Amino acid sequence: MNKARHNPLNMVAMHGALILYTLIALFPVFVILINSFKSRRAIFREPLALPNADSFSMIGYETVMKQGDFFLYFQNSMIVTVASLSFILLFGAMAAYALSEYQFKGNLIMGLYLALGIMIPIRIGTVAILEMMVATGLVNSLWALILVYTAQGLPLAVFILSEFMRQVSDDLKNAGRIDGLSEYTIFFRLVLPLVRPAMATVAVFNMIPIWNDLWFPLILAPAEETKTLTLGSQVFIGQFVTDWNAVLSALSMAILPVLVLYVIFSRQLIRGITSGAVK
Amino acid sequence: MNRPRFRWHILVFLAPAVLVYTAVMIFPLFNTLRLALYTEIDQSRVFVGLQNFQTLFFDPIWSEQFWNALGNNFWFFLIHMLVQNPIGIALAALLSHPRLRFAALYRSAIFIPTILSFVIVGFAWKLILSPIWGIAPSMLDAVGLKSLFAPWLGKEEYALTTLALVSVWQFVGIPMMLIYAALLTIPEEILEAGEIDGITGTAAFWKIKLPLILPSIGIISILTFVGNFNAFDLIYASQGALAGPDFSTDILGTFMYRTFFGFQLQLGDPHMGSAIAGAMFAIILVGVCIYLFGIQTRMRRYQL
Repeated sequence: MNKARHNPLNMVAMHGALILYTLIALFPVFVILINSFKSRRAIFREPLALPNADSFSMIGYETVMKQGDFFLYFQNSMIVTVASLSFILLFGAMAAYALSEYQFKGNLIMGLYLALGIMIPIRIGTVAILEMMVATGLVNSLWALILVYTAQGLPLAVFILSEFMRQVSDDLKNAGRIDGLSEYTIFFRLVLPLVRPAMATVAVFNMIPIWNDLWFPLILAPAEETKTLTLGSQVFIGQFVTDWNAVLSALSMAILPVLVLYVIFSRQLIRGITSGAVK
Repeated sequence: MNRPRFRWHILVFLAPAVLVYTAVMIFPLFNTLRLALYTEIDQSRVFVGLQNFQTLFFDPIWSEQFWNALGNNFWFFLIHMLVQNPIGIALAALLSHPRLRFAALYRSAIFIPTILSFVIVGFAWKLILSPIWGIAPSMLDAVGLKSLFAPWLGKEEYALTTLALVSVWQFVGIPMMLIYAALLTIPEEILEAGEIDGITGTAAFWKIKLPLILPSIGIISILTFVGNFNAFDLIYASQGALAGPDFSTDILGTFMYRTFFGFQLQLGDPHMGSAIAGAMFAIILVGVCIYLFGIQTRMRRYQL
């Protein structure tokens, strides 16, 4: 096609720059993962070498399994993330539908009110949130986290979903009304299935910050039985600072679930971001 | 007189979201601002007006910490603006090249640090930069720069900058993705028109693409600002609540955490903590307003 813009030397330079940055991005993860499978001596003697028959060791993982309750932490993180995402999607879609479908007094004001939370971080209100959770007895329960993350995720969810719901055809909904369907049936049976891609975008946007959050688990649910994986690994690593095998293994165990999720959802995530949902 | 009957379903659809959002986000936000006006004397809550803020800004014990944290926070933000966003834009410009192969692979790989938790990132870099393990010094040695090595996280003059760069490393994926998305929406005809006028390559980037993606650059700037001014996790994970060495990496988030939650010998003080939260709220609000009214409305937008 147009040759003026494409010059082979430039292409090489571009690949060079991108490969260099990719190496910078992946190097720390790589170093942690390979060293977690080595014996203590090998970790220090040759930190950049791959584990071989001589240096291979699972001692770090054994320590981690014995000392920390990583399965419980993992389970807590799963419960909190899945529950928060379900509430964000359900409540967010319902509110988005009300705002985009019906004309009523206060529609605009309600939309602006819900949009306030997009720019203002919920962490500012932490002192009063903690007080409220203590007063209601929810402190050190997973419910505290689920409620906070739901509230935190709703503003952006309502904003994105109502943009998409405006595109659902009126004829379809009116046809449903003529057939005598209730407003609830129209929403759950006709509209929700059509905005599924937008719901997936909202879900992946919210998933990573919820899974990785350290602030609220640390403040609202630091008890042993409610620790999330992020907080659990933080505390665990803090205790075992001098046991390098255990630290590296704990780090790897914290990295792996996120990496797996990323491999599964990366296409969705990247499509969500690049579809310009954040405009 | 035929008033339409009340449409209950609208209320049912709105109620759950509005209730949760109001109860867990908006109400605590204002309650925190209200708590900032009280203090505790003999285990009872007493209204003291703006006294907490006066203490925070002018009492030498508090104000020194506050201005230190605020100054550090601005430095943290400045490094993100000067390093993270230009690198993100440059990577996006490279990735959006129409004939680049493996673009999806690079994109996914460069985004990986962004999905990792601060705990992982903080500890991983702490280990790599540690003089005990010696990965960083031996790598510098390999390129003949060993003399440059210092225990960066342990030195007051370098620690904050080092952590800011670690945070840049982690989050460069976000500006990259947003700018990449913006670059993809530029129609081919515009670039071809430029080509006919002899504007190609880098010139095309500076003269055609950059003006067109300015609104996206505005968005990533305000996202960076809000994110940096409530940052906490990375500093806490790698340096602890004391934000050492000697508070040199203390930012508003860690300062607020220490103040209201307490640490080691200091007891938690929710009222002073609320005052710091109030200050953070004001800073973020000013930043968002400057963006919304000062920058966004004046930015020239081109219809594509």
